[in-house]
Amino acid sequence: MRRRVARAFARHERLRLGLELSAPIAWLVVIYIGSLVALLVTAFYRLKTDPTGLITTIDSTLHLDNIRRLWDESVYRTTALRTLESAGIVTVVDAAVALPLAFYMAKVASRPARRALVVAVTMPLWAGYLVKGYAWRALLDPSGGALHEIFGHTPGFGFASTTIVLSYQWFPYMVIPLYAGLDRLPDSLLEASTDLGAKAGRTFRSVVLPQLRPAIVAGSIFTFSLTLGDFYMNRIVGGTNEFIGNVVYREFSVNLPFAAAYSLVPVAIMVVYLLVARATGALEEL
Amino acid sequence: MQTDLESGTAPPARAMSAISVRSVTKRFGAVTAVNDVSLDVMAGEFFALLGPSGSGKTTMLRMIAGFELPTSGTILLDGADVTKRPPFERDVNTVFQDYALFPHMTVAKNIEYGLRVKKVAKAERARRVTEALATVRLAEYGDRRPHQLSGGQRQRVALARALVNRPRVLLLDEPLGALDLKLREEMQVELKTIQREVGITFLFVTHDQSEALSMSDRIAVFNGGRIEQVATPGELYEQPATEFVAGFVGTSNLLRGDDAANLLGERATFAIRPERMRLLRPDDVAAPDEIAVDAVIGGVQYLGHATRVRLTTASGAALAVDLPNDGRGHAARSGAPGTSVRIAFGRDHALRLADPNAAHPTVSSPSGREP
Repeated sequence: MRRRVARAFARHERLRLGLELSAPIAWLVVIYIGSLVALLVTAFYRLKTDPTGLITTIDSTLHLDNIRRLWDESVYRTTALRTLESAGIVTVVDAAVALPLAFYMAKVASRPARRALVVAVTMPLWAGYLVKGYAWRALLDPSGGALHEIFGHTPGFGFASTTIVLSYQWFPYMVIPLYAGLDRLPDSLLEASTDLGAKAGRTFRSVVLPQLRPAIVAGSIFTFSLTLGDFYMNRIVGGTNEFIGNVVYREFSVNLPFAAAYSLVPVAIMVVYLLVARATGALEEL
Repeated sequence: MQTDLESGTAPPARAMSAISVRSVTKRFGAVTAVNDVSLDVMAGEFFALLGPSGSGKTTMLRMIAGFELPTSGTILLDGADVTKRPPFERDVNTVFQDYALFPHMTVAKNIEYGLRVKKVAKAERARRVTEALATVRLAEYGDRRPHQLSGGQRQRVALARALVNRPRVLLLDEPLGALDLKLREEMQVELKTIQREVGITFLFVTHDQSEALSMSDRIAVFNGGRIEQVATPGELYEQPATEFVAGFVGTSNLLRGDDAANLLGERATFAIRPERMRLLRPDDVAAPDEIAVDAVIGGVQYLGHATRVRLTTASGAALAVDLPNDGRGHAARSGAPGTSVRIAFGRDHALRLADPNAAHPTVSSPSGREP
């Protein structure tokens, strides 16, 4: 009997593979995709108040009410655009700061310096996200914060501060892919470019950037999606500033179907983002 | 100090030197990669820098290209001092060991890159790219990407990308190292042909002595950051100046100390090529101008064109004798290991080598691979 089973496994590679992968696949389907499907379906439910007006329940027939409300009430559009704007700024700022740093790490620094820099860049990840948030609050606080005490000026609590702090929070997620991408880029390509007469700027534009595009896309997927989904930095340094996440958090206990519908917005934005990234061919080279 | 080793060829006149290296030293931290090297390459020459890995030949090439700055010394291209000029301001182009083709560009765009950077007009660019593709026989491949090409084709694209700029000097860093033997031999012939066609000075780095011998007009043999000898391939093989050259270029039997004193009457180091020695048959006697010595066969190695017999003399010197496999059956008669034989060689074929300690006080004793 045991031999027959063993033989069946040896013969049917797919059967064996299926069994080996069943646990991770189950995890992926049930927990990961399942929760997303639940979110998607819930977005089309709505609240139903009984005739007395006292008891509110969820009506689980499918309606487009939430989507319509998202579209019609401009506050939700403004909040989504504000979130998008912050995600865009965070991504551009991180890429602009990370590129020269990653280049220095991968192509200029000596080996020990390189190792030290990799540690230094990833070190903020060892500290908790909230700890870093509150540290920034202590810096930015307009009443007695460090920046105010030293320079007499601080952006205060609001959109600017949230965007600054998120740029800081997600910076390692941009540096590391860029560093890895530049590390893979053979030195000889840079040498060939200068050998053919190109100065540094030209080499950067014509050789480094095109080769680094997949790494930039990878880093931007992190910085962009993490910003889109963030809500807690607004509560620490954002003052009255709100992102999509803050609205979802608030609506969650009040109107669950609407919260679900609104949280589909960043998902939809990321899907579009990934589709565009794929169209440029950057994803295949990751 | 090098001039006395530059055999035969008269030291080239300054005006003719495409490349002139004057007392160049390069240190990386505590390591001296190139140690006080002077070298002149004439315009239109096919010149090889030959040496084992770590001998400084690639560092020398990279300093001429401008990728490394010499610690001291001067480099002149066509008489102009370029020592401190960046690579993009030197009229040289390089063919890299890994070809360094830009993967995101087509073959034609790769070749066009240098012209584009130098803002050559579009029509002129197109004409020269087509011409360069034809020179390396890749006319049909302009639209391909580098990853769609074979190793040999990539090598030719790298060559075209450098040649299209019509540099004064083309530098080639082990350009054939990544190719398999058959392709390498084809490319050797092709490189030589192309060089003759375009008339550009080629400076070629290789660790492969047969490659250097078969392609070059002259060869500089590097060892331990210094030049051991600069000579034509023939001179290098027939008259190696040092023990290192005798061992690195081809195979040599070395006779030294008492052996040299007993057999050749002089206490110095002598090199004798294995093919210049012969085994005496029992009924054979050495000619008057020959020197004969008794030895015991240690082993027989079949090399294809020859059979190499390894022997040990009574005094313990290890020798190798190559018997040509010319169909006359010399090799078959060599005898089994343990057989006592007598070997002979012409007195003229024993080449007296320079005393390494006198010639290069700082060079560590050359390994001079034992035959």
